[in-house]
Amino acid sequence: MVRRVPPIFVVLLAICVWISLLNPRFATVPGFMSFLMRAAPAAILAAGQLFVIVAGGFDLSVGSLITLVVLGSSMLIDGDPANTAWVIAVMFLIGIAVGVFNGAVTSWLKVPSFITTLGMLVTLKGFALLWTGGAPRGFLPNNFRVFGRNRLTGVPLLDEVPYAVIILLVVAVVATYLLHRTGWGKQLIALGDNPRAARLSGVPTAKVRILAFVASATSAVIAGILLGGFSGVSTNVGDGQELGAISAAVLGGAKLLGGRGTMPGAIAGALTLQALFTLLNLLGWPKPLRDGLQGVIIIGAVAYTAWRERRS
Amino acid sequence: MSGYVIRKPGRAGLPPAFLFLAGAFVAAWVLVSLFGRGQFLSAANISNIFVRSVALGIVAVGQSFAILGGSIDLSVAHLISVTAVMASFIMQGDPANIARAIVVVAAIGLGVGLLNGLIITKLRVNALIATLGTGLFMQGLLSTSFQNFAGAVAPEFEVLAYGTWGPVPIPVVVLLGVVALGALVMHRTRFGARLYAVGGHAEVARLSGLRTDRVLIGAHIIASLSAVLTGLFIAARLGAGAPWVGQDGVYDLESIAAVVVGGTALAGGRGGVLGTLAGVLIFSIMDSMFNQLGTGAFLKQVFRGFIIIAAVASYSVRSREEVG
Amino acid sequence: MAANSASPRQGQRGGQPILEMRGITKRFPGVVALDGVSFDVRAGEVHALVGENGAGKSTLMKILGGAYAPDEGTLLLDGRPVSFSHPWEAQRQGISIIYQEFNLLPYRTVAENIFLGREPLRRGLVDYGRLHRDTAHLLARLGVEQWIEPDTLVKDLPVAHQQMVEIAKALSFSSKVLVMDEPTAALTDREVDLLMGLVRQLRDEGLAIVYISHRFKEIFAIADRITVLKDGRKVGTVDASEVTPDDLIRMMIGRPLDAFYPEYARPEDIGSPLLELAGAGNDVLDDINLTVRAGEIVGVAGLQGSGRTELLRAIFGIQPFTRGTMRVRGQEVRVRSPLEAVRLRMGFLTENRKEEGLALLQPVRDNTLLVHRALRPLLARADGVLSVAQLTGRVDLRAAGLHQEVQYLSGGNQQKVVLAKWLAVDADVLLFSDPTRGIDVNAKAGIHRLIRSLARSGKAILMASSDLPEVIGMSDRILVMWDGRIYGELPAGATEAEIMALATGQRKGGRSA
Repeated sequence: MVRRVPPIFVVLLAICVWISLLNPRFATVPGFMSFLMRAAPAAILAAGQLFVIVAGGFDLSVGSLITLVVLGSSMLIDGDPANTAWVIAVMFLIGIAVGVFNGAVTSWLKVPSFITTLGMLVTLKGFALLWTGGAPRGFLPNNFRVFGRNRLTGVPLLDEVPYAVIILLVVAVVATYLLHRTGWGKQLIALGDNPRAARLSGVPTAKVRILAFVASATSAVIAGILLGGFSGVSTNVGDGQELGAISAAVLGGAKLLGGRGTMPGAIAGALTLQALFTLLNLLGWPKPLRDGLQGVIIIGAVAYTAWRERRS
Repeated sequence: MSGYVIRKPGRAGLPPAFLFLAGAFVAAWVLVSLFGRGQFLSAANISNIFVRSVALGIVAVGQSFAILGGSIDLSVAHLISVTAVMASFIMQGDPANIARAIVVVAAIGLGVGLLNGLIITKLRVNALIATLGTGLFMQGLLSTSFQNFAGAVAPEFEVLAYGTWGPVPIPVVVLLGVVALGALVMHRTRFGARLYAVGGHAEVARLSGLRTDRVLIGAHIIASLSAVLTGLFIAARLGAGAPWVGQDGVYDLESIAAVVVGGTALAGGRGGVLGTLAGVLIFSIMDSMFNQLGTGAFLKQVFRGFIIIAAVASYSVRSREEVG
Repeated sequence: MAANSASPRQGQRGGQPILEMRGITKRFPGVVALDGVSFDVRAGEVHALVGENGAGKSTLMKILGGAYAPDEGTLLLDGRPVSFSHPWEAQRQGISIIYQEFNLLPYRTVAENIFLGREPLRRGLVDYGRLHRDTAHLLARLGVEQWIEPDTLVKDLPVAHQQMVEIAKALSFSSKVLVMDEPTAALTDREVDLLMGLVRQLRDEGLAIVYISHRFKEIFAIADRITVLKDGRKVGTVDASEVTPDDLIRMMIGRPLDAFYPEYARPEDIGSPLLELAGAGNDVLDDINLTVRAGEIVGVAGLQGSGRTELLRAIFGIQPFTRGTMRVRGQEVRVRSPLEAVRLRMGFLTENRKEEGLALLQPVRDNTLLVHRALRPLLARADGVLSVAQLTGRVDLRAAGLHQEVQYLSGGNQQKVVLAKWLAVDADVLLFSDPTRGIDVNAKAGIHRLIRSLARSGKAILMASSDLPEVIGMSDRILVMWDGRIYGELPAGATEAEIMALATGQRKGGRSA
């Protein structure tokens, strides 16, 4: 791992300082916790996406998987809190199945993951809508929504901590460990850097890649549970999330088509995007213009990285 | 056996996607005859299948150029929205403004294609990120300026969507014309040959003396111009443009899907626009079939995803290389 | 234009140089590829450029062709200074190059490849009729029209024919200067003769030809002048008629050849067989029988396309054998994938270290541990018990540190990282393919010593190489392949002539020591 501070952290800090100047509440513990809570689903999704990106792939199916998780949960639970536990378990199983499918089709049928997961994006969205008949139905009980919108109280020093922030923290630690401290993570990066060399070095490429897609899909299930709790049931809850996750990873220094990327960077990338939206909102920019600026920023970030690599 | 037909130069040959097209056609015919309502083989239905294919077909032809060159264009959906809105906003229902509207949107298309190409070749930004970024940027400007249907196209302009030429709907003529023009450029011009080279192996193309940057920029201009034409067609069909029409049609991902289902390799260098036409028609046939079977819109979406994966798998499965 | 100046006496052809390179310097990360090299070529002359692998020949030609820009120095064409920032500029000025690596598009036809970007037009559209005719004409001029059809996809041609297409492509430019970078590497004797005749014909037509090769027979048959490069510097330019092959070798390596390679195996080094093949074959190989014992280096020689590299790839499970038996350490095994080979503690190292050996963006540490990690449980901690420093010490790696990305290492050090990767898992059946290609001379000697010391420590080494001196210098036994079979076996110290006789299928069998 590179031992210097990646530029994304500097940018994130600068934006946070700016926000604090405009809105002093942001710099308080509850204010910052609210910010992290809102950013948690995107950050978790970026963490999952990074496993696939460093291996040289894309996972476009996560947005639709989120929609499926939210709609599917509300259908299956249908307001009865007793159902929450098994439904969440089922959602994770669905996620694992989607990940295995994405990875297996890419590895064995040699379909580029961009296409595999694009197909999955279409299919899963269709499936979610087919299941609910195209409109949000059912109802998510509080014991499901608690993860996305409630806070753990009585925490020393911090007083209240949203569950979403705790989950984000756990995901961040586990994901960082998996990517940077295990043989799997290192093999994943080597696979993305040079698939042929990895294969000739005995890396079990299919297994390694399938697990990356499982990680990504799992992150989508977690993000879906949080989003369902935070904003309730809707049919477009996952739309565009995949592109946000890819942008976040890239902002965090990940190289598309593989071989480079850090977990703290990807998560910081997601937080930066969220902070940027918060800032522009405070500055009074309308939402569409905020999205527009996001486009310019990701191009600029990638162009800057490309330029720096050429210079060295 | 190779997944790609060995072809004589100058003749595009029939890509294997036409095999799938024939399969889809027969399957739809049989299923609709057995379980569906109405006639699958009626002239009206066949015409309907083609008309359905126009908006996606035109933009997919342009997308074929980007993908064949080893690039990709995610900005087309947003450019379609920009075009539809700008065209109807400028026309304001007045036929006198048609020419001006077309010139303006064509200039926008040219500019966007040039910008995409320059960002990818000169700033060396991955095409996916570059076009995602320009798309978001365009959409941001558009949605800030317009919140709803803006203006209206001139009634005369709606001929583009509803007119007929003898028994043939004009949109179908336009689609086939665009495909023919695309095939001509791809297979019968130096630019086309260069594009195959750049997509096939950029370094070989460079060492062979090709200015690969120019070729890629050209491909992106074509992709953008075809998106503009789709935008015009949609404006004509709806009577006005709204800032969500492109994204609603998912033209970015759908056009990519049509291109790869048609047999063009995502990595570039192999394929062609005829395959893309087949890809688009396969989608339309499936849509039409599911409609006639009365299964609702969502089941067809479930199947569409699998068709995309299965078609590409059939081209790629014999590869020994690792893909990511 | 200078055709009439072609005199029958060698060494006196041409007048003013048509092309001149002065004081060319080119640096890459970690290596000075060219250091103040000057070089010129005259119309109607064949000027051979020789030197060991890594001497800088290919870099010089890439600068000439506009693929690289020099850091220092000037290029003069017809006495005028020129600079090329892109290959097309060099082409437009009349310089065409046949690069060593293939530069053809596999999924395009022969005709489309030859006239890429310059297709004949009629009314603005590509005139395929004329494209076809022009190509056929060009192929006829090369005398290969009976083998190569203009409409065949390049991927469907055998390697030797692809090389002919490359030559046809270069000729199609009607250039003033033609550079051929080891054009005969993939050719049989018959094809080489054909090519030689063609080069003479082009020379007599007034072309200036730069001919890069390390086959002395060809060089002395065709060159007027010879320039020798060594370690990125020019040793000298001589008239071909005034030197002997021995003089050239001395110029190229600066010392007698036999001092260059380590000793052969001593009888006490040799142990039990670690790798045995009997009647093995697949779609390109047939009836392969061989044994490699602990402590010995078995060389595999053969022309490109002879099955030399395919043999190693089959053993390692990349394109597996489909018949016959294979034993590793006496156990019968089937190897259907590299992973299975790695599990049997086999190791693989090729000249394509950047494509097949290394994850270039990753540090020395992660590359060294890659195989080790592949063999451990996926979720095991990345940094196990191995000492990476000790491994890189064993291969004498020179790097800024274990955190340095391998892309910034020199070629020799990159190969050492690949070796360290296999040492990390105690691989004892090592398959090497052109292990020192593209590596500078000193590093090459280092790698050779390393390979020998690995053999001494009890590893069984099978080394295929396109570099005959390397095969001869390193191997305790030499297997020679032709047409997918082992055509014969020769003892240590066999001559190039003996090897070539087998490698071109002229003789079958071999001799023992």
